[in-house]
Amino acid sequence: MGEACAVIGVGQTHYRSRRNDVSIAGLVREAALRALEDAGLTFKDIDAVVVGKAPDLFEGVMMPEAYLADALGARGKPMMRVHTAGSVGGSTALVAAGLVQGGVHDRVLVVAWEKQSESNATWALSTHPPLTPSLVVGAGGYFAPHIRAYMRRTGCPDHIGTLVAVKDRQNALKNPYAHLRIEGISREMVEATPMLWEPIRYLETCPSSDGAAAMVLASESAARQAPNPPAWVHGAAMRSEPIFFAGRDTVNPQAGKDCAADVYSQAGITDPRRDLDCAEVYVPFSWYEPMWLENLGFCGDGEGWKLTESGATALDGDIPWNASGGVLSSNPIGASGLIRFAEAAQQVRGLAGDHQVDGARRALGHAYGGGAQFYAMWVVGSARP
Amino acid sequence: MSSDIAVVAFAQTHHTGEDSGLSEVELLAPVITDVKEQTGLTRFGFTCSGSLDYLAGAPFSFVSALDAVGAWPPISESHVEMDAAWALYEAWVRLRHGDIDTALVYGFGKSSQVRRADGESGLPELMTLQLDPYYLAPLGLDQVSMAALQARAYLELGHKEDDLRAVAARSRAAGRANPYALDLPDPGDDDYEIAPLRPHDCAPVTDGAAVIVLATGDKARELCERPAWIRGADHRIEAHSLGARDLARSESAALAGEKAGVRDVEVAELHAQFSHEELILREALGLGDDVRVNPSGGPLAANPVMATGLIRVGEAAGWIHRGEAGRTLAHASYGPCLQSNLVCMMEA
Amino acid sequence: MPRSNSLTADHSLAFPGGYTRSVGPVIGRFLTELRDGRLVGVRTAAGGVLFPPVEYDADGEPVTEEFVEVGPDCTVGTYAWVPRPRPDHPLDRPFAWALITPDGADTAMLHVLDLGVFDLGAKPPKTLRAGLRVRPKWRAERTGTIGDIECFRPGVTAINAPVRADYRLSAGQALSRFLGGIAEGRILGHRCGVCGKVYVPMKGMCPVDGVPTTEEVEVPGTGTVTTFAVNNIPDPRAPEVPFVSAYVLLDGADIAMVALVAGIPAGEVRMGMRVRAVWRPREEWGQTMANIRWFEPVDEPDVPFDEIKDYL
Repeated sequence: MGEACAVIGVGQTHYRSRRNDVSIAGLVREAALRALEDAGLTFKDIDAVVVGKAPDLFEGVMMPEAYLADALGARGKPMMRVHTAGSVGGSTALVAAGLVQGGVHDRVLVVAWEKQSESNATWALSTHPPLTPSLVVGAGGYFAPHIRAYMRRTGCPDHIGTLVAVKDRQNALKNPYAHLRIEGISREMVEATPMLWEPIRYLETCPSSDGAAAMVLASESAARQAPNPPAWVHGAAMRSEPIFFAGRDTVNPQAGKDCAADVYSQAGITDPRRDLDCAEVYVPFSWYEPMWLENLGFCGDGEGWKLTESGATALDGDIPWNASGGVLSSNPIGASGLIRFAEAAQQVRGLAGDHQVDGARRALGHAYGGGAQFYAMWVVGSARP
Repeated sequence: MSSDIAVVAFAQTHHTGEDSGLSEVELLAPVITDVKEQTGLTRFGFTCSGSLDYLAGAPFSFVSALDAVGAWPPISESHVEMDAAWALYEAWVRLRHGDIDTALVYGFGKSSQVRRADGESGLPELMTLQLDPYYLAPLGLDQVSMAALQARAYLELGHKEDDLRAVAARSRAAGRANPYALDLPDPGDDDYEIAPLRPHDCAPVTDGAAVIVLATGDKARELCERPAWIRGADHRIEAHSLGARDLARSESAALAGEKAGVRDVEVAELHAQFSHEELILREALGLGDDVRVNPSGGPLAANPVMATGLIRVGEAAGWIHRGEAGRTLAHASYGPCLQSNLVCMMEA
Repeated sequence: MPRSNSLTADHSLAFPGGYTRSVGPVIGRFLTELRDGRLVGVRTAAGGVLFPPVEYDADGEPVTEEFVEVGPDCTVGTYAWVPRPRPDHPLDRPFAWALITPDGADTAMLHVLDLGVFDLGAKPPKTLRAGLRVRPKWRAERTGTIGDIECFRPGVTAINAPVRADYRLSAGQALSRFLGGIAEGRILGHRCGVCGKVYVPMKGMCPVDGVPTTEEVEVPGTGTVTTFAVNNIPDPRAPEVPFVSAYVLLDGADIAMVALVAGIPAGEVRMGMRVRAVWRPREEWGQTMANIRWFEPVDEPDVPFDEIKDYL
């Protein structure tokens, strides 16, 4: 893992369908300046900038970090751009942390963003090129069969996805940055929405958002000077596997299990449900909560839905998942993973506001992407490891 | 923490100036097989790649590339939407953590596929999609015009167009001697492409891929007779707007060179996509006339976008692998008019 | 009750050539400034800025002689959306009337608000709201009338940016061979020499073993649905809504491919259902997967879940 690394600043924009009030630079600066303010720093104090986002087709600006160099105070500094599909926000945080852990820099600004309203998410994520060997389907069409397979494999009842959709939106009401804030959200309300890609209902999917999130990551000496409590990185890992191969378990992918095992081992976690206080996990379709509960080892195979049904993952449960409202409530794709990592940090810093999990000392941040094939995770804690 | 990190293997495609009928992943697979055979490794501690969705004309161009790696059991892997030289930088940083001892880095690009409706290459237009979307991109600029603005600024310092031609002539001759580069004739009397640049001053459209294996300490010595030890690596970006910088110089390259500890260079491979860029970079990096620059022919002889910078590292390392040089420099660049520059110093 | 026995005649009441109105010093100053492309208000005795200026304030007190440049940024107050303009309206397409207060002024004037091009009868656009920030659009030729401002329009908040890149894409060797087979009505795959798995379509390499594959295998157009989605969002490729996109494991293949399933109500599709490819008429075939229109059920018993569970 190398040198110690801590989150000393977090900044987020308000997430909305359309952030028509700002330019791209305005959007990323909003998050970056909030993170710097939290860290008690200015751009001048930053050694390097790492930018992450999903496909450039969203905004039609290719490698936009070149244009954003000035806006992010990167002149004369190293600037990198990460792209690992939906997991990119998490990967970007890990690349930035890596610069500190590798002893290269003391203070790294990491920013991830997406301004999806500049085009259309379905178009940007699944252009239909000529010469394809099979039917090309969008994200909902891709993931729905795997959810169906999960339901069949575990024999779980149909309403579990609805419970997650309600729980995460209730949490979002406590998060001022959240995009979907649905007063009075209820099972009836979710069940009244149409099936888009059966078994996925409209309100069981994530929104399409504009937004940015940023963090300042620091070495131990820099963290000691920070005005607010740091969140220390206890473990960090990435894993990838091919999207299509014979014998692939698409419901419970090996790459996710391996990534979790790696990050837990670094953090000394043997029982994640017991050893962690909360988790921010990439759940873009509500059914992925029970699926990832199993994949990430919070319970045995086939038991994830029972954990969800028992209320264990609610804000007042024993292992709250997505206290921020999660991806189901805010989804600027390129930033969504970084938001998970940042919200995990806010929890252990005790700065999560109304959605603070009482006494959170260790938290998991998780992101996945592509055909559930790319994973990035970290465990952060209030104590220096 | 591990700081002894070396390039231990390098492979590249025989680059082509036109579409060879291979997909990106088909270009990549044989060169990955090549470095696996060179090193005897089938698994790597970390894998990182560089590619560009807009070059492939579809989002997530890196997903299918994973098929060429054999990513099973799952691998620790990441991707930059940048030239693969930055993937190498990320892998170098990752190896410094000390918990792994090998890394696989690759980049690929098929510029030939970028084709305007009239059949001409659309690469000069495509590269302007990375410009400021409010004030620059809507102007209808092209990459060559941008470069020509910089070339003019450089010539205003008192340099001659013949200086540019000499760079092109040397690069093309070297390229003809390099089995992986294109066979391009000596510069002729072509009219300006965009004055002051002529066609030979501009890198050719090229398809290709390249792969590098990095290893630490004893592992590197085990895998390679003469590892090319990375003694410094750094990259710096400068202002995006051309009006906000001194175009005749490359401040960011000079800074990256200083941070990477450039000294006593014998061979330098520079990511100069236009002939004047080589001259600007030589000055920024303090490379005198005694330094062999781009003996491979450089990007003016083969420019597989997104792999071109990584190839510079591989070519510069090759001199050390072969025992023909003791200290070499590799440079990579991205952004309009050398906006961002990476320097990697290697020693025997 | 209409009466038809009354005579009718057209009539207009218009003073020939129009009236001549003197404007006085205050309105005159305003219109003079307007002709020069500036907005001015007038300071009231109470210290406020009255716009558009008149000689008196709301209480009837005289205003001062101090003119104050205001705007050009303005804020919309109340407004009325005109979905079908009347003949005398300033625009012949939908627009809004609005009360508009320039920055620096305390009162508003009524003017035209142009929000862009809408079809006749359009509903009010979401951008139309109190608080909207607007600026005047000046006529090129101004004469000193309130119409020197053609209309107000929102500030520039977004630009349209056409971004286009053109390609000639190459399928590569493996996919070209596969689609070449499809063009002949054959479904081809490769068997990996290391793990023995059959990949349909083939990639020319095994993603698990990372080795090239060359051994060609032809598989039949029959297979089993492993899992599927019922899509309620229209798709031009599908016969109807809802439609089913499924993973179909072709007989002899070790990996399922995504395809449409039709010829059965969506609600009756099952995991384990046996299906066969429905090819388009041969004369419509090309080197494209569209040669297979979709898969439809065949009259065979479903495959038990245990036999497909490892392909999910």
